[in-house]
Amino acid sequence: MKPAGFTYHRPATVDDAVAVLAEVGPAGKVLAGGQSLVPLLNMRLAAPEHLVDVNRLSDLAYVRADGDGVTVGALARHADVERDEAAYAVLPLLRDTLRHVAHPTIRNRGTTVGSIAHADPAGELTAVLALLAGTVTLRSAAGERTVTAADFFTGPMSTCAGAAELVTSVTFPVPEGRTGTVWTEVARRHGDYAVCGTGVVVTLDDDLRVAGARAAYVSVGPEPVVLDLTEAVAGEMHDAADWPAAGRLAAGRLDPDDDIHATAAYRTRLAEVLTTRALREAAGRAAGATTAARREASGGDQ
Amino acid sequence: MTTKAFGEPIARLEDPRLLTGQGRFLDDIGHRALAAAFVRSPHAHARIAAIDVTDAVGVDGLVAIYTHDDLDGRAGEPLPLLIPHEALTHGRTGYALAKDEVNHVGEPIVMVVATDRYVAEDVCARIRVEYEFLPPVVGIEAARAAELLVHDDVPGNVSAHMVQENGDVDAALAAAPHVLELDLDIERSASTPLEGKGVHARWDADDASLRVYTSTQASTSVRAALAARLELPLDRVEVIAPDVGGGFGVKIVHPWPEEVMVPWAAIRLGREVKWTEDRREHFVGATHERGQLQHVKVGFDDDGRLLGLDVTVWHDNGAYTPYGIIVPIVTTTQLLGPYKPGAYRAEFFSLYTNTVTVTPYRGAGRPQGCFAMERTMDAIAAYLGLDRTVVRERNFIRPDEMPYDHGLIFQDGRPLIYDSGDYPATLDKLKKLIGWEEFEAFRAEARAAGRRVGIGIACYVEGTGVGPYEGGWVKVETDGTVVAATGLTTQGQGHRTVFAQVVAEELGVPVDRVTVTTGDTRRFGYAVGTFASRAAVMSGNALASAARKVRQKALRVAGEALEADPRDLEIVDGVVRVIGSPSGAPGGSIPLATVAVLANPLRYAFDREAERATQFGGPVDISKPPVAEGDSPGLEDTGFYSPPRSTFANGMHAAIVETDPDTAEISILRYCVVHDCGTLINPRIVEGQIHGGVAQGVGGALYERMVYDDAGQLLNASFMDFLMPYATEVPVIETDHLETPSPLNPLGIKGAGEAGVIPGSAVLASAISDAEGFAITRMPISPSDLYSLRLERQPR
Ligand SMILES: Cc1cc2nc3c(=O)[nH]c(=O)nc-3n(C[C@H](O)[C@H](O)[C@H](O)COP(=O)(O)OP(=O)(O)OC[C@H]3O[C@@H](n4cnc5c(N)ncnc54)[C@H](O)[C@@H]3O)c2cc1C
Repeated sequence: MKPAGFTYHRPATVDDAVAVLAEVGPAGKVLAGGQSLVPLLNMRLAAPEHLVDVNRLSDLAYVRADGDGVTVGALARHADVERDEAAYAVLPLLRDTLRHVAHPTIRNRGTTVGSIAHADPAGELTAVLALLAGTVTLRSAAGERTVTAADFFTGPMSTCAGAAELVTSVTFPVPEGRTGTVWTEVARRHGDYAVCGTGVVVTLDDDLRVAGARAAYVSVGPEPVVLDLTEAVAGEMHDAADWPAAGRLAAGRLDPDDDIHATAAYRTRLAEVLTTRALREAAGRAAGATTAARREASGGDQ
Repeated sequence: MTTKAFGEPIARLEDPRLLTGQGRFLDDIGHRALAAAFVRSPHAHARIAAIDVTDAVGVDGLVAIYTHDDLDGRAGEPLPLLIPHEALTHGRTGYALAKDEVNHVGEPIVMVVATDRYVAEDVCARIRVEYEFLPPVVGIEAARAAELLVHDDVPGNVSAHMVQENGDVDAALAAAPHVLELDLDIERSASTPLEGKGVHARWDADDASLRVYTSTQASTSVRAALAARLELPLDRVEVIAPDVGGGFGVKIVHPWPEEVMVPWAAIRLGREVKWTEDRREHFVGATHERGQLQHVKVGFDDDGRLLGLDVTVWHDNGAYTPYGIIVPIVTTTQLLGPYKPGAYRAEFFSLYTNTVTVTPYRGAGRPQGCFAMERTMDAIAAYLGLDRTVVRERNFIRPDEMPYDHGLIFQDGRPLIYDSGDYPATLDKLKKLIGWEEFEAFRAEARAAGRRVGIGIACYVEGTGVGPYEGGWVKVETDGTVVAATGLTTQGQGHRTVFAQVVAEELGVPVDRVTVTTGDTRRFGYAVGTFASRAAVMSGNALASAARKVRQKALRVAGEALEADPRDLEIVDGVVRVIGSPSGAPGGSIPLATVAVLANPLRYAFDREAERATQFGGPVDISKPPVAEGDSPGLEDTGFYSPPRSTFANGMHAAIVETDPDTAEISILRYCVVHDCGTLINPRIVEGQIHGGVAQGVGGALYERMVYDDAGQLLNASFMDFLMPYATEVPVIETDHLETPSPLNPLGIKGAGEAGVIPGSAVLASAISDAEGFAITRMPISPSDLYSLRLERQPR
């Protein structure tokens, strides 16, 4: 479990970084927190000839939150995002979700952008980005572009990012209207990747009737799956909606696989149960929380 | 620190060093050594057609490549079968490097030595081995079916078939008013110590001697094995176990292929060579345990009393049998637990499969046996509508029936006779601790809230402290410190603390003055090893005996100096004094340090202390020789302990679980342990052993399994997918103790090392069954498994 040889680059600026990436092309790999990449290198499942360490790009170590959303720079660690009060105030779903991502030591090192770039279909943040229809900003020597989550994720562990592109930031938009969000999952052990996990957004109208119900899932497909479940509960009162119907609708639309930890049938069952629970909880939050302060009071998953 | 040491819950003496990163584990040794790596079989069953190293030879930093063809003399012979047994009619072992055939994924074929491990792995990747595939035998069912064979010359894949019987089981079952049959299944798990194996070897050509550091549980035996394999005189080989980051059984196996190859290469190259096992290698290149299928047929009366018990076990021994058939023997003898089985027959088939070899893992077959017996007890209770504790109590061996002879032969080749134990009292304590009688009220309350809860119980008896012997050496230095050594090894148990407590107590010195060395053949050459919860019993009693002899000598020498009768002397806080006299009273006391000086008459005064021991240093009785006939210089001695047979500890666990009606998640709400390992040397250390054992028990019950596919590939050979429980998965463990001393040894102690793990699967299966209302017969169980079981029971 020692990596094959590679050339190590440690650029000091974003410009230098993209220049190196352009130069080494497909033979290069970005090294961020290393929490996913280093095990792959050690097991020789990946053997890039060049590693471009972005840990010196302190310009990218930021979390910016405003009423529209939260933008996370490439060098912000999971823990930075998790602890950011401004981000929590506008989008509590991020903290609520990050608490399910690995363990504190890994969150201290692993980056949120790295997690998106890695595009693991079991990675919670990929699902959250997809759920919120967020965007990904990429830089290369040729310039900058921003793509939607839907365009960014192209398959398990694969994205539209080119070899010479650095993901500089991702933006998680705040959902519009009166909304409540929840992340919930079942993992075999505390901090493991989920056997099934779901993040939901419930939108209520002014009469506190359900106007929208969307859910995103991890570990039930090759990439983050987003389902619009509104039809099962549209127009129903937030505290009397038929959430189990939405759960059943979700279960019917998902097509997970068996693996060594769980059968497909069990995953489908989890999706149904977790969807039902999460939507009910999110609707409660939407009804009770109109301001950031009240959201705060309703507490996260913890 | 007071002199009172034995029985005190003192903190572990080794912790400050280990917790501040000052431990020296195998990989901390020999930074300049050449590194070894191995090309291992990627196939479960294949013939090696050719090995091509053409692409590898040019690599910068490569030192040597070895295959079986290079192994001269005894190094090329099959590895030893460590524990032969007459029932093991078809024992097979592998080679240090595979010869012609491989029988599991991970078997080493080529050894590469290079300037560092990176280069060594680069080279491994460039070596091409050509295989002729053979169909693999994976899983116990396939091994039983025997349509394919692992070893061509082993019919039916059966390495051993053994039957032990006491009484006429067929007659007892035929006459029993009730008979039940159970089919049970326990999957594979493994010791998985955090530190894998590792070997470092240095050949001293000037001295013609070999020094080997190895992360082992049996350094004296590794030494003997290496001397034999490498054809060196025993006294030219020394083997040292440095700090060892866990063993849990896997490191009792020896010599590992790597343990032969690293020293062999070091001698051949005249260079230091080191190999440190990585995690993936450990999963496929060390050993596993647990996998068994069991069939139980039990006859009992209306009260639930056992009349006849007939158990058949199909044991998966993996590719080879280097450690003999200890595991299934232990299963079939320890299965009996605290009960009188009536007529008993235990039959087992030990079967080859093309998977990693099976050798003892903490518990060593007992968890499987306990599972069989305790599932049976629950089945009887369910059948008769009796409380599960009542059925158990009715079958207990009573205290007044001790010693109790089961009429069987135990794993040490000696009769299975329980020495002591008070099972009814243990059960009583456990029921109080968990609140057995109050549980139904809790269940009703939980049910009203839509929750599903269940309670479970499991009892076990553990044969501990197996022979043949251990030894100990104790010496008082001239500065009053005490050094002690025992040959068996330590891998985290806290031996240095408990052995210091034993020695301190016997010698009357403060504990922190005693330093203990383990597992270093330079310090103590006679030993067996650390396994079977034997260290405290064996080395504890041996060191006590050595310390007692030293104490006698100290009293004699001090008596001469003080002109007092040794019988009137005592040692308190490192000072020999007339019994009852306050220390410091003039002429009435002498420090142990001074006694040590006087015990070694000197010619040369190299320091102040030594001056007093020279011929001209003080008053001498010139009518006697300086060292009396039959005496020896110095304040040191050696003692051995060899038990007539094993001593039997016992314990009972109870757990309350909650199962989610929707997600089938299983949570442990409470976990209670009552444990009796005889006299406690250090309650805190025993508690720690129980906690660690329970953690592994929970792992085996709810998380850990070795997932092989049909091709014999281990699909979860990493800590990402082999789910060892984290601290977050281990429940708070509530414990209580009984102390029923063993009559078999002077200290009255029994082993405690494995206890905590034994009933894990049994107690959790019992509790989950209780919560769900149907019997769990296969462990481990995951939420997904539980969900599948629920579906099977749902009317469609
Ligand atoms: C034990 C363990 C448990 C874990 N559990 C979870 C979990 O439950 N849920 C979860 O979501 N994650 C989990 N992770 C993964 C963790 O979240 C990682 O931190 C994350 O997936 C990757 O972030 P990183 O900064 O470490 O990226 P790295 O490992 O450095 O890189 C990962 C990949 O992304 C690429 N990359 C990284 N940054 C960029 C960039 N800016 N531009 C372009 N490409 C980039 C790299 O080239 C590489 O291919 C776990 C990790 C471990 C070790």
